[in-house]
Amino acid sequence: MTVKVRFFAGFREALGTDCLEIEEPFSPATVAGLRQHLISNHAGFAQLMALGGRVRAAVNHDMAEDDTPVATADEVAFFPPVTGG
Amino acid sequence: MKRFRVSVQTEDFDVGEALKWLRQGLPEIGALACFVGTVRDINEGQAVRAMTLEHYPGMTERSLEEIIQQAASRFDIVSAMIIHRVGPLNPEDQIVLAAATSAHRQQAFLACEFLMDYLKTEAPFWKKEDTPAGAQWVAARDSDDSAKSRWNED
Repeated sequence: MTVKVRFFAGFREALGTDCLEIEEPFSPATVAGLRQHLISNHAGFAQLMALGGRVRAAVNHDMAEDDTPVATADEVAFFPPVTGG
Repeated sequence: MKRFRVSVQTEDFDVGEALKWLRQGLPEIGALACFVGTVRDINEGQAVRAMTLEHYPGMTERSLEEIIQQAASRFDIVSAMIIHRVGPLNPEDQIVLAAATSAHRQQAFLACEFLMDYLKTEAPFWKKEDTPAGAQWVAARDSDDSAKSRWNED
C-alpha cells in the first residue's frame, strides 16, 4: 500500500509539511483507518487531532467521509473546514 | 445548461466581461443573477489588513464544476459561472463571482444563492487573515452549514 497524504491550510502549517508518503498497510483501508495510522505514527499529526477541531478529508479530489475506501496509489488529503467565498 | 465556466485565478476579474460572456448569443435568457464577494477590512470584530487564499489545485476546480452541475440539475438555468481568486488580497478586492442566467428571474436568483452556499461549505479554499494580532486562519462558520442545509429540506 502506497498512499500519498496531503495537508492544507492550518494543518500544513502545524505539521510543517504538505505531503507524506505512507508505505505501510493500515486497517481498515478507509479514511478513518488512515487517520488512525497517522495518529499512531506521526506525533505532530496526533497533536493536531488531539486539538479536537473539525477535520475534513478528500480521496482523489472528492470530499470523503470516515468510511470512504482508500486503496494503493490514492491521494488522500486532510484539512480544516473550508472558508472560501 | 448551455454554457458554464469555472476559473481559479490570482488576477482580478472584470464583472462586465463575465456577465457579457454569460449572455452573449443566448437570446432565450431573460434574467441574470450575479453575486460578487469582496474583502472586508474587519472580521469578527478584528481589523483585517490583508488576506491570503489557499486552495487545493485540481480538486478546487473539480469541486466548482460539480457545484455548477448540481445547480443545473436543480434549476432551469441557461448558463453559469464561478470565478474565485487565490493568493494575496487586500480590503476592497474582489474575491469571488458566482452568476447564473435563466428565462425568468426566480431560477437565476435561486441558482446563484445555491452556488454560493455550496461553494462556502464544499469548495476547498482557506482564508488566512493578516490582523494586528498576527496572521490567523479564518474559522468556518456554522451559519454557512445551515445556509447549505436549507437546500435539502424539499
